[in-house]
Amino acid sequence: MTEASAEASEDVAGVDAPEVDVTGVETAGWFALVGTHLQKDLRIEWRSREAIQSMLFFALLVVVLFSMAFDPTAAASREIAGGVLCVATLFASVSVLNQAWTREIRHDVLDALRLTPADRSAIFVAKVLANFLFVTVVQVLLGPVFFIFYNLRPLGNGWLLLAVVPLGTWALVANGTFFAALSIRSRNRELLLPLILFPIFLPALLAMVLAVKTVLTGDGSDPHLLWLKMLAGYDIIFMTVSLLLFDTVLQAE
Amino acid sequence: MKRMLLLLTLAGVAVLMAWGFHQAIYVAPTEATMGDVQRIFYYHVPNAMLSFLFFAISFVSSILFLAWRRSAPERAQAADAWALASAEVGVVFCSVVLITGPLWARPVWGIWWTWDARLTTTLILWLIYVSYLLLRRFADGAQMQALAAVLSVFGALDVPIVYMANRWWRTQHPAPVFGGGPDSGIKDPRMLAAFGWNVLAWAVWGLMLLAFRVHVERRQQKIRQKQTVAALAGK
Repeated sequence: MTEASAEASEDVAGVDAPEVDVTGVETAGWFALVGTHLQKDLRIEWRSREAIQSMLFFALLVVVLFSMAFDPTAAASREIAGGVLCVATLFASVSVLNQAWTREIRHDVLDALRLTPADRSAIFVAKVLANFLFVTVVQVLLGPVFFIFYNLRPLGNGWLLLAVVPLGTWALVANGTFFAALSIRSRNRELLLPLILFPIFLPALLAMVLAVKTVLTGDGSDPHLLWLKMLAGYDIIFMTVSLLLFDTVLQAE
Repeated sequence: MKRMLLLLTLAGVAVLMAWGFHQAIYVAPTEATMGDVQRIFYYHVPNAMLSFLFFAISFVSSILFLAWRRSAPERAQAADAWALASAEVGVVFCSVVLITGPLWARPVWGIWWTWDARLTTTLILWLIYVSYLLLRRFADGAQMQALAAVLSVFGALDVPIVYMANRWWRTQHPAPVFGGGPDSGIKDPRMLAAFGWNVLAWAVWGLMLLAFRVHVERRQQKIRQKQTVAALAGK
């Protein structure tokens, strides 16, 4: 190998020169792998803005639709607002979660990823982080609109929403990414994801809706933050199982 | 000979089911506050217990499938047949639970359904296993078997939650009859007998169903294998 081509190949490999072990197989740390995958997903999103734009518009439509369908009063909207927010996020993210893996199927990127000697869980974690960021951006942008449309003013401790909403989103995105990877192998993949994801996500949805409702109505029905703890427990259990089984899903033949 | 054994098994299960019915409807005394409606208990609770059993079989078979799928493909296929069959039987039993529950609740509570923890988690359990059966229809081949096994593991996560629901939360669903507090358990021996006979009868019926279903699934697997081999040979 000439010096010039060696330099060029190093350029391709990235800024951080990966460690080269004796067998000549390039290995990188787990966190570096997550970083690389995450960077790739974020860059694609930054250039196309497909995911965030479509999610944002879709969620906005759901919020408007619910508002038209139920025409809630201020008191009633406090009761149902948590549910509407969760369901809007849920519906919006399903389409994007499907896209997250279909993108990898084009040009057989997924098969290439499977051939790499890297830890598969890094791919999964990076995908979850990327989707989590997208959904969070949508929620941050949609939140004010939501509060205006439903004339909301949290009567409880509003800061708790900063813990409840990310935990619920994580539950949705972690499971959603996992089951999207699972359902892309089936014939009608777009249809299958919601059919599998919704029942699995139901306990988290319930906990999230009730936690948000407690904050908005401030009725003090949950002094020990039981629903918040349940949500955190759900996140830990399902994330662990997803990490353990992701390799099986990716290598399912 | 085989046919004789099969007929004898069928007849035995039918007699056992009839005996269980007799015990539940005629022998067991009428409950003091609820009256005859309480007799649904002899069907509702055994079916609920057995649906847990079948989902547990499905869970263990799925784990075995995942463990054996590379090292022992033939055993893995058997495990997959067990996983599918027990999930199907489990869904049937869980459906009986979800149907008998409201039938009892309407006269006793005055409503068919309430969204308390026990009822909700049971419904979720049913939904998860129906989605498992859907997944098995939507994809095929060895790939689908692995994916379904993964989903079955997720479904099994819900079983302990359902079981603990009326212990953790104060539910409208009655407190556990067995293994609840020091006061739990059936006091009347005739009621206990009726309950025991029904658990036995439904268990034998369910296991027979499971055995038949596994047998059919194994045959279908073999047919598919032959078809694949024939297709590869270009015939």
